[in-house]
Amino acid sequence: MGPKPRLLTVLDVVTIIMLAIATWMVFFYAPMEAVMGNVQRVFYFHVAAGWVGMLGFLVAAGAGVAYLRTARRKWDLVGLAAVEIGMVFAFVNVITGAIWARPIWNTWWTWDPRLTTATIMLLIYAAYLMLRQGIDDPDRRARFGAVYAIVGFLSVPLTFFSARLFRTIHPVVIGSNQPGAEGAFDMTPLMLQTFLFSLLTFTIIFADLMWHRLRLGRLADEVEQKKLELTV
Amino acid sequence: MLMSLILQQGPAETTNYMVFGYVIIFGSMLLYVISLYLRQRSLKQDLTLIEDLQEGQV
Repeated sequence: MGPKPRLLTVLDVVTIIMLAIATWMVFFYAPMEAVMGNVQRVFYFHVAAGWVGMLGFLVAAGAGVAYLRTARRKWDLVGLAAVEIGMVFAFVNVITGAIWARPIWNTWWTWDPRLTTATIMLLIYAAYLMLRQGIDDPDRRARFGAVYAIVGFLSVPLTFFSARLFRTIHPVVIGSNQPGAEGAFDMTPLMLQTFLFSLLTFTIIFADLMWHRLRLGRLADEVEQKKLELTV
Repeated sequence: MLMSLILQQGPAETTNYMVFGYVIIFGSMLLYVISLYLRQRSLKQDLTLIEDLQEGQV
Protein backbone atom coordinates (compact mmCIF):
# COMPACT_ATOMS: atom_id res chain seq x y z
CA MET A 1 0.00 0.00 0.00
CA GLY A 2 1.37 3.39 -1.01
CA PRO A 3 1.42 6.54 1.11
CA LYS A 4 -1.90 8.17 1.91
CA PRO A 5 -3.02 10.24 -1.13
CA ARG A 6 -3.24 13.99 -0.60
CA LEU A 7 -6.80 13.96 -1.94
CA LEU A 8 -7.82 11.48 0.77
CA THR A 9 -6.43 13.81 3.46
CA VAL A 10 -8.44 16.66 1.90
CA LEU A 11 -11.54 14.43 1.91
CA ASP A 12 -10.94 13.56 5.59
CA VAL A 13 -10.80 17.26 6.50
CA VAL A 14 -13.88 18.12 4.41
CA THR A 15 -15.77 15.22 6.03
CA ILE A 16 -14.92 16.37 9.57
CA ILE A 17 -15.88 19.97 8.80
CA MET A 18 -19.18 18.91 7.20
CA LEU A 19 -20.01 16.62 10.13
CA ALA A 20 -19.31 19.48 12.54
CA ILE A 21 -21.59 21.82 10.55
CA ALA A 22 -24.34 19.19 10.28
CA THR A 23 -24.15 18.59 14.05
CA TRP A 24 -24.37 22.32 14.69
CA MET A 25 -27.39 22.58 12.39
CA VAL A 26 -29.13 19.68 14.15
CA PHE A 27 -28.71 21.18 17.62
CA PHE A 28 -28.78 24.94 17.02
CA TYR A 29 -30.12 25.74 13.53
CA ALA A 30 -33.17 23.48 13.24
CA PRO A 31 -36.04 24.45 15.56
CA MET A 32 -37.34 22.14 18.25
CA GLU A 33 -40.34 20.13 17.08
CA ALA A 34 -43.47 21.43 18.83
CA VAL A 35 -44.87 18.10 20.06
CA MET A 36 -42.05 15.53 20.33
CA GLY A 37 -39.41 17.88 21.71
CA ASN A 38 -35.68 17.27 21.38
CA VAL A 39 -35.88 13.57 20.48
CA GLN A 40 -37.05 14.61 17.01
CA ARG A 41 -33.49 15.90 16.39
CA VAL A 42 -32.43 12.24 16.14
CA PHE A 43 -34.44 12.17 12.89
CA TYR A 44 -31.77 14.01 10.84
CA PHE A 45 -28.97 11.50 11.40
CA HIS A 46 -31.37 8.54 11.76
CA VAL A 47 -32.60 8.95 8.17
CA ALA A 48 -29.13 9.88 6.90
CA ALA A 49 -27.70 6.69 8.44
CA GLY A 50 -30.49 4.66 6.83
CA TRP A 51 -29.69 6.26 3.48
CA VAL A 52 -25.98 5.42 3.76
CA GLY A 53 -26.83 1.85 4.81
CA MET A 54 -28.94 1.38 1.69
CA LEU A 55 -26.36 3.17 -0.47
CA GLY A 56 -23.70 0.76 0.78
CA PHE A 57 -25.84 -2.25 -0.13
CA LEU A 58 -26.58 -0.74 -3.56
CA VAL A 59 -22.86 -0.23 -4.21
CA ALA A 60 -22.21 -3.82 -3.07
CA ALA A 61 -24.83 -5.14 -5.52
CA GLY A 62 -23.30 -3.05 -8.32
CA ALA A 63 -19.83 -4.33 -7.42
CA GLY A 64 -21.25 -7.87 -7.44
CA VAL A 65 -22.49 -7.43 -11.01
CA ALA A 66 -19.14 -5.93 -12.03
CA TYR A 67 -17.24 -8.86 -10.45
CA LEU A 68 -19.37 -11.48 -12.19
CA ARG A 69 -18.76 -9.75 -15.52
CA THR A 70 -15.03 -9.09 -15.16
CA ALA A 71 -13.80 -11.43 -12.37
CA ARG A 72 -11.50 -8.63 -11.23
CA ARG A 73 -10.46 -8.79 -7.59
CA LYS A 74 -11.01 -5.07 -6.98
CA TRP A 75 -14.78 -5.45 -7.31
CA ASP A 76 -14.81 -7.99 -4.51
CA LEU A 77 -12.95 -5.50 -2.32
CA VAL A 78 -15.49 -2.79 -3.22
CA GLY A 79 -18.40 -5.10 -2.40
CA LEU A 80 -16.97 -6.13 0.96
CA ALA A 81 -16.13 -2.54 1.92
CA ALA A 82 -19.59 -1.31 0.94
CA VAL A 83 -21.39 -4.04 2.90
CA GLU A 84 -19.25 -3.46 5.99
CA ILE A 85 -19.88 0.30 6.00
CA GLY A 86 -23.54 -0.19 5.07
CA MET A 87 -23.91 -2.53 8.07
CA VAL A 88 -22.52 0.07 10.49
CA PHE A 89 -24.97 2.72 9.31
CA ALA A 90 -27.96 0.37 9.01
CA PHE A 91 -27.27 -0.66 12.61
CA VAL A 92 -27.18 3.01 13.68
CA ASN A 93 -30.45 3.55 11.82
CA VAL A 94 -32.24 0.68 13.60
CA ILE A 95 -30.94 1.56 17.08
CA THR A 96 -31.69 5.29 16.79
CA GLY A 97 -35.15 4.37 15.48
CA ALA A 98 -35.76 2.38 18.66
CA ILE A 99 -34.55 5.30 20.78
CA TRP A 100 -36.90 7.67 18.97
CA ALA A 101 -39.77 5.17 19.26
CA ARG A 102 -39.56 4.88 23.04
CA PRO A 103 -41.04 8.30 23.95
CA ILE A 104 -43.24 8.57 20.82
CA TRP A 105 -44.66 5.05 20.47
CA ASN A 106 -44.21 4.20 24.15
CA THR A 107 -42.15 1.14 23.24
CA TRP A 108 -38.55 0.47 22.21
CA TRP A 109 -39.62 -2.03 19.58
CA THR A 110 -42.69 -3.27 17.71
CA TRP A 111 -42.89 -5.75 14.82
CA ASP A 112 -44.07 -3.08 12.42
CA PRO A 113 -43.44 -3.81 8.67
CA ARG A 114 -40.72 -1.12 8.38
CA LEU A 115 -38.89 -2.21 11.52
CA THR A 116 -39.19 -5.88 10.60
CA THR A 117 -37.92 -5.47 7.03
CA ALA A 118 -35.05 -3.23 8.22
CA THR A 119 -34.03 -5.89 10.76
CA ILE A 120 -34.22 -8.67 8.15
CA MET A 121 -32.06 -6.54 5.82
CA LEU A 122 -29.49 -6.07 8.58
CA LEU A 123 -29.43 -9.80 9.35
CA ILE A 124 -29.04 -10.70 5.65
CA TYR A 125 -25.89 -8.58 5.40
CA ALA A 126 -24.58 -9.77 8.78
CA ALA A 127 -24.85 -13.29 7.34
CA TYR A 128 -22.93 -12.10 4.24
CA LEU A 129 -19.97 -11.07 6.40
CA MET A 130 -20.08 -14.26 8.46
CA LEU A 131 -20.46 -16.65 5.52
CA ARG A 132 -17.53 -15.04 3.68
CA GLN A 133 -15.31 -15.95 6.60
CA GLY A 134 -16.08 -19.63 6.02
CA ILE A 135 -14.76 -19.74 2.43
CA ASP A 136 -10.98 -20.08 2.06
CA ASP A 137 -10.64 -20.00 -1.73
CA PRO A 138 -10.50 -16.27 -2.71
CA ASP A 139 -12.15 -16.77 -6.13
CA ARG A 140 -14.99 -18.83 -4.70
CA ARG A 141 -15.42 -16.34 -1.86
CA ALA A 142 -15.60 -13.45 -4.32
CA ARG A 143 -18.14 -15.26 -6.55
CA PHE A 144 -20.25 -16.14 -3.53
CA GLY A 145 -20.02 -12.55 -2.24
CA ALA A 146 -21.05 -11.13 -5.61
CA VAL A 147 -24.11 -13.38 -6.00
CA TYR A 148 -25.12 -12.90 -2.35
CA ALA A 149 -24.83 -9.09 -2.58
CA ILE A 150 -27.06 -9.06 -5.68
CA VAL A 151 -29.71 -11.40 -4.21
CA GLY A 152 -29.50 -9.75 -0.77
CA PHE A 153 -30.17 -6.37 -2.34
CA LEU A 154 -33.80 -7.43 -2.85
CA SER A 155 -34.27 -6.66 0.86
CA VAL A 156 -33.33 -2.99 0.32
CA PRO A 157 -36.27 -1.80 -1.86
CA LEU A 158 -38.55 -4.00 0.25
CA THR A 159 -37.40 -2.08 3.35
CA PHE A 160 -37.61 1.31 1.64
CA PHE A 161 -41.12 0.79 0.30
CA SER A 162 -42.48 -1.15 3.30
CA ALA A 163 -43.74 2.06 4.97
CA ARG A 164 -45.60 2.90 1.75
CA LEU A 165 -46.89 -0.55 0.80
CA PHE A 166 -48.00 -1.95 4.15
CA ARG A 167 -50.11 -0.69 7.01
CA THR A 168 -47.53 0.80 9.37
CA ILE A 169 -47.12 3.30 12.20
CA HIS A 170 -43.70 4.34 10.88
CA PRO A 171 -43.88 7.85 9.37
CA VAL A 172 -42.89 8.45 5.73
CA VAL A 173 -40.44 11.31 5.14
CA ILE A 174 -41.14 11.82 1.44
CA GLY A 175 -44.75 11.28 0.40
CA SER A 176 -47.99 10.92 2.30
CA ASN A 177 -48.25 9.07 5.60
CA GLN A 178 -50.53 6.18 6.51
CA PRO A 179 -53.49 7.26 8.69
CA GLY A 180 -52.01 5.28 11.60
CA ALA A 181 -48.50 6.78 11.35
CA GLU A 182 -47.27 8.12 14.69
CA GLY A 183 -44.40 10.57 15.05
CA ALA A 184 -44.97 12.26 11.68
CA PHE A 185 -44.38 16.00 11.46
CA ASP A 186 -44.29 18.77 8.88
CA MET A 187 -40.78 20.00 8.20
CA THR A 188 -40.18 23.75 8.39
CA PRO A 189 -37.71 25.21 5.85
CA LEU A 190 -34.92 25.19 8.49
CA MET A 191 -35.66 21.53 9.30
CA LEU A 192 -35.62 20.64 5.59
CA GLN A 193 -32.26 22.39 5.07
CA THR A 194 -30.80 20.54 8.06
CA PHE A 195 -32.18 17.25 6.77
CA LEU A 196 -30.77 17.71 3.26
CA PHE A 197 -27.39 18.85 4.59
CA SER A 198 -27.28 15.78 6.86
CA LEU A 199 -27.97 13.52 3.87
CA LEU A 200 -25.14 15.18 1.92
CA THR A 201 -22.76 14.96 4.88
CA PHE A 202 -23.42 11.26 5.42
CA THR A 203 -22.90 10.60 1.71
CA ILE A 204 -19.48 12.28 1.97
CA ILE A 205 -18.73 10.23 5.12
CA PHE A 206 -19.59 7.10 3.12
CA ALA A 207 -17.20 8.06 0.30
CA ASP A 208 -14.42 8.83 2.79
CA LEU A 209 -14.87 5.57 4.71
CA MET A 210 -15.06 3.59 1.45
CA TRP A 211 -11.71 4.97 0.34
CA HIS A 212 -10.10 4.08 3.70
CA ARG A 213 -11.69 0.61 3.72
CA LEU A 214 -10.53 -0.08 0.15
CA ARG A 215 -6.96 0.85 1.08
CA LEU A 216 -7.24 -1.55 4.02
CA GLY A 217 -8.51 -4.29 1.69
CA ARG A 218 -5.59 -3.77 -0.69
CA LEU A 219 -3.15 -3.87 2.23
CA ALA A 220 -4.71 -7.15 3.42
CA ASP A 221 -4.27 -8.57 -0.10
CA GLU A 222 -0.63 -7.47 -0.16
CA VAL A 223 0.03 -9.17 3.19
CA GLU A 224 -1.71 -12.33 1.99
CA GLN A 225 0.38 -12.34 -1.20
CA LYS A 226 3.65 -11.88 0.73
CA LYS A 227 2.69 -14.71 3.07
CA LEU A 228 2.16 -16.99 0.08
CA GLU A 229 5.54 -15.98 -1.40
CA LEU A 230 7.19 -16.75 1.93
CA THR A 231 5.73 -20.23 2.16
CA VAL A 232 6.54 -21.19 -1.46
CA MET B 1 -49.09 8.11 24.04
CA LEU B 2 -49.43 10.42 21.04
CA MET B 3 -52.67 11.80 22.43
CA SER B 4 -50.97 12.70 25.70
CA LEU B 5 -48.19 14.39 23.71
CA ILE B 6 -50.74 16.40 21.71
CA LEU B 7 -52.68 17.47 24.79
CA GLN B 8 -49.59 18.70 26.62
CA GLN B 9 -48.81 22.42 26.90
CA GLY B 10 -45.33 22.53 25.32
CA PRO B 11 -42.91 20.13 23.64
CA ALA B 12 -42.34 16.84 25.48
CA GLU B 13 -39.21 16.59 27.62
CA THR B 14 -37.30 14.05 25.56
CA THR B 15 -33.77 15.45 25.76
CA ASN B 16 -32.38 12.29 27.39
CA TYR B 17 -33.46 10.20 24.40
CA MET B 18 -31.86 12.69 22.01
CA VAL B 19 -28.56 12.51 23.93
CA PHE B 20 -28.75 8.70 23.97
CA GLY B 21 -29.38 8.67 20.21
CA TYR B 22 -26.39 10.89 19.44
CA VAL B 23 -24.14 8.87 21.76
CA ILE B 24 -25.04 5.79 19.67
CA ILE B 25 -24.52 7.63 16.36
CA PHE B 26 -21.12 9.18 17.18
CA GLY B 27 -20.04 6.17 19.25
CA SER B 28 -20.69 3.72 16.41
CA MET B 29 -18.90 5.88 13.84
CA LEU B 30 -15.93 6.38 16.18
CA LEU B 31 -15.71 2.66 16.93
CA TYR B 32 -15.69 1.86 13.22
CA VAL B 33 -12.93 4.40 12.52
CA ILE B 34 -10.89 2.97 15.43
CA SER B 35 -11.40 -0.56 14.06
CA LEU B 36 -10.12 0.58 10.64
CA TYR B 37 -7.05 2.12 12.28
CA LEU B 38 -6.29 -0.94 14.43
CA ARG B 39 -6.68 -3.36 11.50
CA GLN B 40 -4.42 -1.19 9.34
CA ARG B 41 -1.77 -1.02 12.08
CA SER B 42 -1.89 -4.77 12.56
CA LEU B 43 -1.54 -5.43 8.82
CA LYS B 44 1.41 -3.01 8.55
CA GLN B 45 3.13 -4.83 11.41
CA ASP B 46 2.52 -8.15 9.61
CA LEU B 47 3.92 -6.71 6.39
CA THR B 48 7.06 -5.45 8.10
CA LEU B 49 7.58 -8.83 9.77
CA ILE B 50 7.14 -10.72 6.49
CA GLU B 51 9.55 -8.39 4.69
CA ASP B 52 12.12 -8.90 7.47
CA LEU B 53 11.71 -12.67 7.16
CA GLN B 54 12.11 -12.49 3.38
CA GLU B 55 15.33 -10.50 3.77
CA GLY B 56 16.53 -13.12 6.26
CA GLN B 57 15.89 -15.88 3.71
CA VAL B 58 17.89 -14.07 1.06
